[in-house]
Amino acid sequence: MAEETIFALSSGAGKCGVAVIRVSGPGARFALETMAGRPPAPRQATVRAIRNRNGEILDRALVLWLPAPHSFTGEDMAEFHVHGGRAVLAAVLDELAGLPDFRPADAGEFTRRAFVGGKLDLTAVEGLADLIDAETEAQRRAALRQADGALDALYGDWRVQVLALRALAEAAIDFIDEDDVPTDAVEQIGTGLSALIPALADHLDRGARSQRLRDGVMVAVVGAPNAGKSSLVNALAGRDVAIVDAEAGTTRDVIEVRLDLAGVPVSLIDTAGIRETGSRVEAEGIRRARDAMGRADLAIELIDSSAIQQHVREEQENRIGDSGENVECWRILSKSDLATDASCDVGGSGSTFRHAISVHTGAGVDALLGDLTDFVADRAGLTESAGMTRARHRAGVSAAHRNLLRAVEVCDIASLELCAEELRAAGDALGRLTGAIDSEEVLGEIFSSFCIGK
Amino acid sequence: MKQGRYGDTQHRRFDVIVVGGGHAGVEAAAAAARLGAETALVTHDPDTIGVMSCNPAIGGVGKGHLVREIDALDGLMGRVADKAGVQFRVLNRRKGPAVHGPRAQMDRKLYRLAMQEAVAEQRGLTVISGEAVDFLRDGADIGGIVLAEGTVLSAPATVLTTGTFLRGVIHMGERQIEAGRDGAAPAVRLAHALDALGFRLGRLKTGTPPRLDGRTIDWDRLEAQPGDDPPVAFSELTDAITTPQISCHITHTNPQTHAIIAENADSAPVHSGQIDGAGPRYCPSIEDKVARFADRARHQVFLEPEGLDDDTVYPNGISTSLDPALQDAFVRTIVGLERVEIRKHGYAIEYDYVDPRELHGTLETMLHPRLFLAGQINGTTGYEEAAAQGLIAGLNAARKAAGRDGHVFDRADGYLGVMVDDLTTRGVAEPYRMFTSRAEFRLSLRADNADQRLTGMGISLGIVGRERANRFAAKTNVLESARTVLASHALSPDEAQRVGLSVNRDGIRRSAFELLAYPGVDIARLTAVWPQLGAIDPSVRGLLETEARYASYLARQDLDVERFRRDEGCAIPPSFDYADLPGLSNEMREKFERARPATVGQASRIDGVTPAALMLVAAHARRTDRTAG
Repeated sequence: MAEETIFALSSGAGKCGVAVIRVSGPGARFALETMAGRPPAPRQATVRAIRNRNGEILDRALVLWLPAPHSFTGEDMAEFHVHGGRAVLAAVLDELAGLPDFRPADAGEFTRRAFVGGKLDLTAVEGLADLIDAETEAQRRAALRQADGALDALYGDWRVQVLALRALAEAAIDFIDEDDVPTDAVEQIGTGLSALIPALADHLDRGARSQRLRDGVMVAVVGAPNAGKSSLVNALAGRDVAIVDAEAGTTRDVIEVRLDLAGVPVSLIDTAGIRETGSRVEAEGIRRARDAMGRADLAIELIDSSAIQQHVREEQENRIGDSGENVECWRILSKSDLATDASCDVGGSGSTFRHAISVHTGAGVDALLGDLTDFVADRAGLTESAGMTRARHRAGVSAAHRNLLRAVEVCDIASLELCAEELRAAGDALGRLTGAIDSEEVLGEIFSSFCIGK
Repeated sequence: MKQGRYGDTQHRRFDVIVVGGGHAGVEAAAAAARLGAETALVTHDPDTIGVMSCNPAIGGVGKGHLVREIDALDGLMGRVADKAGVQFRVLNRRKGPAVHGPRAQMDRKLYRLAMQEAVAEQRGLTVISGEAVDFLRDGADIGGIVLAEGTVLSAPATVLTTGTFLRGVIHMGERQIEAGRDGAAPAVRLAHALDALGFRLGRLKTGTPPRLDGRTIDWDRLEAQPGDDPPVAFSELTDAITTPQISCHITHTNPQTHAIIAENADSAPVHSGQIDGAGPRYCPSIEDKVARFADRARHQVFLEPEGLDDDTVYPNGISTSLDPALQDAFVRTIVGLERVEIRKHGYAIEYDYVDPRELHGTLETMLHPRLFLAGQINGTTGYEEAAAQGLIAGLNAARKAAGRDGHVFDRADGYLGVMVDDLTTRGVAEPYRMFTSRAEFRLSLRADNADQRLTGMGISLGIVGRERANRFAAKTNVLESARTVLASHALSPDEAQRVGLSVNRDGIRRSAFELLAYPGVDIARLTAVWPQLGAIDPSVRGLLETEARYASYLARQDLDVERFRRDEGCAIPPSFDYADLPGLSNEMREKFERARPATVGQASRIDGVTPAALMLVAAHARRTDRTAG
C-alpha cells in the first residue's frame, strides 16, 4: 500500500557534529534522488552533496540507501549523516517535510513500523518502551507548550477557526430541514477561508522560526566595576556580529546591546556599577543585578584577573552568581593578559572559571563567542529535537494550507461535502500539532451555535 | 439451566429469542431467521409490531444512509417504508451525492401493517405474545427468558430490545406517570431483572409534540411541501412506489408563541428539575429552544400527515412537556393552527439505558455472554438507529447460536459500523443519533452505494435472500461492463477541445471515466462523443458519475481506510490482562480496562491514549494471539 514516508532525526548531534536523519517508507528512494542526485549502492556509505529544491547545496553529507526488506523497519530506508550545524540540519529537515507524502515521524513510529514489519521481537519493543514513553504525545505537547506557547496558541486558534467553518458546513449538511441553520453558510465559509488562508501562508513564508525567536535570548553581563564588562560587550558587538540597536537602558547604569547570534536576536545587558567600592556591596547595585539576572537566560560574571585574590576573599561572603535566581551563570576571568596567578585553572573539570579572556589581546574571545552562540541556539530552541518539531509544524501547517486552498475551490453548495472534507483534513492537520479533533467536537460546535431540532 | 425451578410450566426452545417488537426487535428477529435460526419474537402485544411511536417518517441525512444499509443486508425497514411512504424526498439534493439523504413520510397504519406482514412472511420466525419478566441464568451466561405467565423460553442467544420501556416516566406539566412508550405499561419487572444482571445504567430523556386534529387546521394559509416526483425508493427490491403521494405543510412559531412558553418556563419539567435525564441537543423541546435561542423570532414547524385515511397531524418541531392547557394555548398562536384541537398532548419521557461501552462490537454484552442488546436501550434515538442495531444483534445472535464467531461491521463498512464503534468505544452522553459528520469516510459511505458496500458481504454472511442476491449479481454485471466501457474510451486534450470539452492542454489522454469528473459532464453528454455509452443502463449512471466525481477523494480515502483497517485487524483478545503489562501507567491501564477495546484501532480512539501505551498493547496482543493460536 502507498504508505506515507516518515523521517526523523535519530541521533543527538550536539557538539559532535554529525546528525543522522532517517527516512523510512516508499519515498525513501525518491528523497535520495531529489536531494542527493541518485541513490548510492545499497548499504554503502557514500558522500553526496545535499541540495534543496532550488539546487542550492545545503551540505556535503554521508548518505545510505537501505532498500527493503533489509532495513531497520523492513521498509525502504535512507539515511543522511548531516554535519555543518543546526541551521543546515533544520534546512534538510524542512526539505524532507516538503516532499510529497512525507511527514515527520510520530513518536515511536520507526519502532512501530519495524514491529509491524516483523523486524523487532517483543523484548526489543519492551526495551524501547521507556524511550518511547519519554516521547509520548502528551509529553511532546507539554514540551511544546513550554517552548512554543505562542505557536501552540496560534495553531490552536486556527484550528478553532477551521472547526467553526466546518461546523457551518456540517450544519448545512446534517440539518438541512432546520430553518435555524444559516442559509448563507457558503458565504460565511468563503469569508472565513479568505481571512484564514493568508495567515497560514504568511506563517509558512516567514517560517516558524522567526515567530519562535521573536523574543530572543537575554544575557546579563555582571561584575565589579572595571572588571571589563563594557569592554567585553563592545568586543562582542565589534566582531562579526551585527549591532541591531544600542541605547541607554531605563536606568543610568544599564546598557542594552542587541546582537544577532546564529540568527537569534540576543540582548546583552551590561549592568555597570554593581559594586560601588571594595567589599562594600551597595543595596541598589545588588537589586539591579538581581533584576537583570532575573530576566536573563544567562549571566556572565566577569572577574578581573588582576584582582583575583581580592575576589576570592569576597566570594566567601557574597557571590553575585549565586543570587538565588534560577539562572545559569558563567564565571569568566577577564584581563587574562594581566593574570598574576598562573594557577588559575580555566575550563577544566574542577574549574571555577569557564573561560579566560583578554579583550586587549583578543585571547579567548572567539572561544567565548562560540560557547555563547551554542548556548543561544540551545536556548532559542534551535536544538535537534526542535528541528524535528519545526519540521512537524511546517508539515502540519503546509498540509492545512493546501486543504484550505482546495476548500476554496469547492466552496459551493453543490460540493459542500467536499468543502467539509477539506476542512476536516485541515483541522486534523492542525489538530495533530495541538491535540486531536473529532466529530463530537464539531457536533458540539453546531449545537452551541445553532438552534437545531424539530 | 435451572429448568427444575419452573416445574411443569411450559418450556419452549429456540435458537434465538428477541424481546421487543419495535424497530430493533423486528430487524433482529428477521435477521436471525434469515440466517436460519429458529427465532422467537416476544412482544407484549403483536398488534404493536411496527408501530411508529414518534414522528411518522423514515430516513433523512445519515438516517437514510442507515436505511439503505439495512436494506443492503436484506433487512425489512427499507422495503416496508417503500410500501407505506406517502411523501418521498431526497434531502440535500442540491449538494453532492455523498450527503443525499433519502427520507419519506409514512402512513403509520400502512407501515405497521406492512411490517407485520413482513414478519409473518419470514420463515423460521415465531411471534409470541407475552411479557418477559426474568432471565434464565447459567452462571454469567443468559440462556433465555421467563414470561409473566410462567412460560420458559430457552435459547443459546437472547436479544433484548426494550426501547424506552425501562423504568419509563412520562412528564406532562407537573404530572408524572410511570409508563413506557405511548402510554404502555413500563417493563418494571424486567427492569428489576436487568438490575440483577449488574449493568451500568444511565438515564436519558426524549420528548414528543402534541398530535393535532387535521380537520381543525387552516390548510389554505400554509405553505405546501410536495415530495419528489418521481419518488426515490429506499429498497433495491422496490421497482416503483405505488402508494398515493401527498404533501406536508410548513408553518412557524412566533413571538406570541414564545411569550407564552417563556412565561411558563418554570413549570416545564425540563426546567423545574423534575427531569434529571440528559436530553438530546439536536432535538430540543420548544421550551429549550425558546430559552436557549431567545433572539430567534420564529421556529419552523413541519405539519406531517400521519396517514392517508388518518387526519391526525404530527407537528414536527414543537416537542413539549408543558401542562396540557399551556400546550393548547401556545399551539393556537401559530399561523394556521388558530382553531386547532389537540388530540393527544405532548410529553417528555425519561428512561434507563445501559452504558453501551459494556457491549462488544457484535452487541453482545461483556458481562453476560449470549445476551445481546439493541436499540434505544443502548442509548440511541431513532427508528433507523434502532433497526440497524437490531440487524447486527440478530445476525450475531444467530451466529452465536450456531457456534460461530461474531461479525463486526467497522467504520469503513458503513454507518452501522460507525454507530456501533461510537457507542461501544465512546459511550453516550445524550441520545445518540446518526449524522453524516460522524463518518470520517463519508465520501465512500453513500446511500447510492450501500448495496455495493454491503450486499456482497451480506451474501457471504448468509443473511441475504435469493431475490436480492440475484438482483445484486445482475447489477454488479451491469456496473462492471459500464466501467469497462468508460475506461476503454479516451480523448486527447485536442480531441476533447474539438467536441467542446475543455481540459488542460497537457497532452494527457483522459478516459471517459476521468472526463466525468469535470463539471457539467455526464454520461449523456459523453454519449454524444461515443454513442456506445448510450448502452449504459440508466439505473447505474448516477452511481458511476458519482464515483468519477469523487475519484481523487476516494483514492485518498482508500489509503485512510487501509491504514484504519490495518489497526482494526490487530485484535486484542477479550481476556487481555492490562494489569500484567510492564511499563503501562495506571492512567492508561484504567482507560483500557474501562473501554476494553477489541482492536488496536479501537484502542487508539480512546480519548487520551498515548502512542507508547498503544504500542505496548499491540505488541502484547500479538504475542497473546500467537500463544492462543
